[in-house]
Amino acid sequence: MISLAHYIVLGAVLFCIAVAGLFINRKNVIVLLMSIELMLLAVNMNFVAFSRFLGDVSGQVFVFFILTVAAAEAAIGLAILVLLFRNRSTINIADIDSMKG
Amino acid sequence: MTSELLQLICFYAFSFVTVAAALSVITLKNTVHAVLALVLTFFSSACLWMLLDAEFLALALIVVYVGAVMVLFLFVVMMLDIDQERMREGFVKFLPVGLVVAMVMLAEMLGLIGVRAMHAQVLGADPAALAGVSNTAWLGLALYTKFLLPFEIAALILTVGVVAAVALTLRQRGDARYESASQQVKIDPRDRIRVVKMAAVRNDESNAVDDNASQEPRP
Repeated sequence: MISLAHYIVLGAVLFCIAVAGLFINRKNVIVLLMSIELMLLAVNMNFVAFSRFLGDVSGQVFVFFILTVAAAEAAIGLAILVLLFRNRSTINIADIDSMKG
Repeated sequence: MTSELLQLICFYAFSFVTVAAALSVITLKNTVHAVLALVLTFFSSACLWMLLDAEFLALALIVVYVGAVMVLFLFVVMMLDIDQERMREGFVKFLPVGLVVAMVMLAEMLGLIGVRAMHAQVLGADPAALAGVSNTAWLGLALYTKFLLPFEIAALILTVGVVAAVALTLRQRGDARYESASQQVKIDPRDRIRVVKMAAVRNDESNAVDDNASQEPRP
């Protein structure tokens, strides 16, 4: 019998994989963006599971909005990435230091 | 009982594929392969959502993510000329700290979940089926009544995303020649052609022959 805990544990595992991905791929912006997508997927997994468990539609509606915002975020992030590559010919985070932040 | 057992087996199979694909997303050397692994992750997650009777969201995940966002990722990865070796420089250096942080975080989360999961929290019956509608209708009823304003704002956010992505990447090339539709419409014939009224003059014969040589022969 599938319980709520199965899905929450899966969400937690996915989230931790995404966090590890942020740490070990900190040179490559594309993999960083993909790790963020993985994190959003883990959160969505929890939302869907709780929506089913509580019988509340709000969780699934929220997943719908997260998908919308994540799609817009990916489009703008990749546009910025293309712009960055065009101007600097690199997407290595270590080379992006012109703002001296 | 067999149906429940089958669901459990499906859950473990799909979640194994999901976790394995997610691990390969962050470890694969080639970025294109990483994007393809992410596609597999999303696909098997959609299967898991199907098990939760969230059919609309599962299909939306496939259509929106696998169909649109991941293709966008693939396009960008293939457009950029990335030095794969330089990108992997810090991989071994940051591997221990990444693993430690992820493991500690996972242990904390599992501890939290484990305390709550002592009472077996079995997922109940599908709430949409209890309401007597399909999952899509269930979601749509809430979306178009209670969540109408957020729904409209989501549409606005998507429009902003489209405009921002185009505005960021649009490049004006200096050597290309464009047509300006507004200038074409606004043009006034009087700026282009000047009609000159001239009094008729009689030329002498030698001039007339010279003029007519270059033009059509006179009937």
